[in-house]
Amino acid sequence: MGMTITEKILAKHANLDSVKAGQFIEANVDIALGNDITAPLAIKEFKKLGIKKVFDKNKVSLIPDHFTPNKDIKSAEQSKILREFAKDQDLTHYYDQADVGVEHVLLPEKGIVVPGDLVIGADSHTCTYGALGAFSTGVGSTDLATTMAIGKVWLKVPETIKFVITGKLPQGVYGKDIILHIIGIIGVGGALYRAMEFTGDTIENLNMADRMTICNMAIEAGGKSGIITPDAITEEYVKSRAQRPYEFFASDPDAKYLEVIHIDTTKLEPKIAFPHLPSNIKNISEAKNIKIDQVVIGSCTNGRIEDLRIAANILKGKTVNENTRLLIIPTTPLIYKQAMEEGLFSIFLDAKATISPPTCGPCLGGHMGVLAKGEKALTTTNRNFVGRMGHPESEVYLCSPAVAAASAIKGEIVAP
Amino acid sequence: MIFKGKVHKYGDNVNTDEIIPARYLNTSDEAELAAHCMEDIDIDFPKNVQPGDIIVAGENFGCGSSREHAPLAIKASNVSCVIAQSFARIFFRNCINMGLPILESNFYQEIKSGDEIKIDLDTGIITRLRDNKKFKTEKFPEFMQNIINAGGLMSYVKNKI
Ligand code: SF4
Repeated sequence: MGMTITEKILAKHANLDSVKAGQFIEANVDIALGNDITAPLAIKEFKKLGIKKVFDKNKVSLIPDHFTPNKDIKSAEQSKILREFAKDQDLTHYYDQADVGVEHVLLPEKGIVVPGDLVIGADSHTCTYGALGAFSTGVGSTDLATTMAIGKVWLKVPETIKFVITGKLPQGVYGKDIILHIIGIIGVGGALYRAMEFTGDTIENLNMADRMTICNMAIEAGGKSGIITPDAITEEYVKSRAQRPYEFFASDPDAKYLEVIHIDTTKLEPKIAFPHLPSNIKNISEAKNIKIDQVVIGSCTNGRIEDLRIAANILKGKTVNENTRLLIIPTTPLIYKQAMEEGLFSIFLDAKATISPPTCGPCLGGHMGVLAKGEKALTTTNRNFVGRMGHPESEVYLCSPAVAAASAIKGEIVAP
Repeated sequence: MIFKGKVHKYGDNVNTDEIIPARYLNTSDEAELAAHCMEDIDIDFPKNVQPGDIIVAGENFGCGSSREHAPLAIKASNVSCVIAQSFARIFFRNCINMGLPILESNFYQEIKSGDEIKIDLDTGIITRLRDNKKFKTEKFPEFMQNIINAGGLMSYVKNKI
């Protein structure tokens, strides 16, 4: 019996010839990740184990990106715990000050995560790296603590749902719309405990940014991981970045899938996730007269340079509606610099947008653009739960960067 | 192990932002997390919850972020056990790893908020005390049982080092 790409990566990391869905394994971890919310707890637990050093200083990455630049004394204390631990352990992949960016954008960008890896992160959107052909999944702080100690994690080999996505994407439709569409079909628990494998010619033609957007939101369907078979586009992306040797895996033709779902994208419309669930998906044509107080373009879902270029194209020579605030968050220092050098900042500033330093910021209602009671936000982030961006009585709508930019100009949700 | 307590019942897809809103994540102080547990969907929960009480929920409980602050907030509220029709994956992991008992059961329709129930973890049998009606739950796979028996992942790993 053949194996899926996910089973192959897991088998390799468990030093087994083969694994099958449902099996429990203890697997070697290539990168273990934590941030300023989850790592303080993990560090506290790690210290209880009575071990002096992490299992490999090149394989533990700590990234304080959520509440940085620190919003208050408490969050500053949390970051300080990371800083001191990283220094004490001499961690190679710790990023601070002007080097910090949103973790799931930073790690692939710097080639810290590479194809064929097994990555665990104490952050649910760790599934993003599936776009590189790695197995990556979110875990909790205790998992991070024990992995930092022994370099291994317990995993149950997931069953896989295969998505075969075919057809040309209509104008104004992007990777974000594909994944929102999928979550709308299968629901927020539709891929619970499962790996989501995205295949088909639509995926093969997508750039890495869109592939990362898609794998990033596997968790919004409850998925354990998302994965895309690496190809020439992946090779082009990783070859100049990879800090380690990498390996391309692919599913066998006779691999076993729990389910195969076919999606034709030729008639896909831009999608909007209405409050308060990412699965509450409607076509943009159904979003009528929804006035927006704040638009956010950023996050590990859609804060890459490609996303900013799309937004700039639409905002060029236009002005943001007088009743709407537009926040733009380039998610890493490199993206920030690129955007500046490409002249995108002038476009944004002339359009009366606010440019934030790289941070998670408002994505989780932390800081840098929190919503007041009754306010509505339209955002390129990934979650629209009650209170996600601020007041429990505020509302969050999710969309692509193109829809976000066009809607900021109009002051209400409109098609790009 | 046997737990007895009053049920606090919620619906499907209760997410980690509802269990503990992100605005309180600038701390990992347990008492402070407990003071805001569930407040966005049940403002009185921190006030009403009694030691030993049980949370009962529908599908996909604990979906959303990986924050261990969520099971921690529940544990620090002195909830003895969470029973849901299904759990979000990372939340499920986190509970096992930190030793917060959780069970998957289909008795959701039969239980009301305020019901008193008794849970026998060893047999997987839940009893509704008002009429002694019994419900059976799934037992954990052996691998997970080993982690729970060791007292959570930390002790499990400690034994191995
Ligand atoms: S950008 Fe948002 S979703 Fe991504 S890691 Fe930061 S808080 Fe989480």
